[in-house]
Amino acid sequence: MPGILLRNASIAILLGLLAGPLTAAEKDDPWPGLVQDIFDNRPMDDGGSFIALEMPARAEDAAIVPVTLRIKPASDPSRRVMAITLVIDENPAPMAAKFTLGADAHVSEISTRVRVNNYTNVHAVAEASDGKLYMVKTYVKASGGCSAPAAKNVEEAKARLGQIRYRQFTKPEDGANGGTRDAQVMIGHPNNSGLQMDQLTQLYIPAFYVDRLQLWQGDSAILSMEGGISISEDPNVRFTYVANGAKTLRLEAKDTDGHVFKKEWKTDGNTM
Amino acid sequence: MRLCVTILAAFTALFTLTPAWAQEPPLPISEVAPGVFVHEGRIALMSSDNDGAIANVGFIVGEQAVAVIDTGGSVREGKRLRAAIHARTDKPIRYVINTHGHPDHIFGNAAFVAEGTEFVGHKRLPQALAARGPFYLDAFRRSMGGELMDDVRIVPPTMLVDGSLALDLGARTIIVKAWPVAHSDSDVTVFDSTSKTLFTGDLVFLRHIPVVDGSIKTWLSILDDLAALPAARAVPGHGPVSVWPESLEAQRRYLNALASDIRRDLSEGRPIGVAAEHAAARERGQWELFDDYNARNATAAYSQFEWE
Repeated sequence: MPGILLRNASIAILLGLLAGPLTAAEKDDPWPGLVQDIFDNRPMDDGGSFIALEMPARAEDAAIVPVTLRIKPASDPSRRVMAITLVIDENPAPMAAKFTLGADAHVSEISTRVRVNNYTNVHAVAEASDGKLYMVKTYVKASGGCSAPAAKNVEEAKARLGQIRYRQFTKPEDGANGGTRDAQVMIGHPNNSGLQMDQLTQLYIPAFYVDRLQLWQGDSAILSMEGGISISEDPNVRFTYVANGAKTLRLEAKDTDGHVFKKEWKTDGNTM
Repeated sequence: MRLCVTILAAFTALFTLTPAWAQEPPLPISEVAPGVFVHEGRIALMSSDNDGAIANVGFIVGEQAVAVIDTGGSVREGKRLRAAIHARTDKPIRYVINTHGHPDHIFGNAAFVAEGTEFVGHKRLPQALAARGPFYLDAFRRSMGGELMDDVRIVPPTMLVDGSLALDLGARTIIVKAWPVAHSDSDVTVFDSTSKTLFTGDLVFLRHIPVVDGSIKTWLSILDDLAALPAARAVPGHGPVSVWPESLEAQRRYLNALASDIRRDLSEGRPIGVAAEHAAARERGQWELFDDYNARNATAAYSQFEWE
């Protein structure tokens, strides 16, 4: 990347005599700082036996990059995955989301969509019930061309504000009475980053995003998401869990302006 | 008026004294109709090798003034376009029309900033540039390099188009028309009624796969309105100058294929990433840069159609 190379070149010129040349990874890698800021410098072990992180090699659309977290079945029940933090290292707000998994929901897959501003490492850090952190990572190239991590249609996004959708993908015969279910919730919300300037006032448009989303089956938590501005417009979570026989699935979310979004569905997919 | 002339003279002097732009060789252009000139961009991604010169850019010469339609993907390309204009006419450049806010169409704007030159764009263009401009300036350093990017400035429009706007070039009137969110959120077309030439901006792609950065749904819905414009030829945003409205048909076929595949994926519950890998696959052989943009188009279409 010419920009980074250029920066490194000037840094190398400044520091060259003292420290010798620095590689891009040594100088620019934000991960050690993020481990300090987000995880209080706690040690991390390899997370490959706990979770998997799937993203396309290239962010095709910078504003909507699919990401899937798979939670592997625990070989040792004392080491259950309790939460997963998703970090997009080079984004303006690297901590994209923290998913907390319900103790009894056996969530095995979570998919959402994120903004990706730059060529970046993406880390997923699982916190297990043994008190340790387990990390996996992948690398995503930024989108090319005219794609930007910005709204395509501001008016359409405004019109959708507060709309909530639920879809149940599992066929009734697969999971009518328990068993694994695949479902999706989405909330119409611009999820503004707060990094854009209003052309008329020259003031930054305040950040305005969904910061908490919780899902229950009956009274039992399936998962919750603490989100930030790296989550795409219209936050969307597709998730696989084990049904507990409850007749309802419930969503509650709130945004940074204090709006509360609530909806409840019968688990056969009909709105209550 | 005298003040204007003085300022104009001062600017002319300034440009004469700093001849860097003038030294750029003129961009190759062809006269597609009397007084209507086009440089056909290379079908490629913007890079330091091609100066970002991948979009079609052009100009229309009236009795009194010149209108430029898009300025290219770098200030270097903009300066070369300017040199091509000066090689053809002494008339002043009164209007610079940006067909929308994407880098390959606006990064040359800085080459045209001068007293007496109005920048014309969609009413939503200022907002689009505010939201995306700083990101573009940073992101394109990687592919274009610092040497080209250091000169690039985001130059917002000074005249906004809401509906349509007639611009008089002297015995020649051109119509700038603002469209709803389609290819992007700030698309305008430019129609020269004298020669019946339509500059479509990126509302029309030929050979270069169409790129969806707005609303595929609205884009499909305005194709008939576009086709109804009384043009004899079109200058697309990318691809060859061609007979109108036949030049719309390949794009219509692609967008329809993409839309129907994505709607089927949604109804069958396929996730967005799977849809992005397979949608419109049968169109692959029909377009250049298919693998650079198709998955992105599919992603954009999916995230719109899932709210239907």
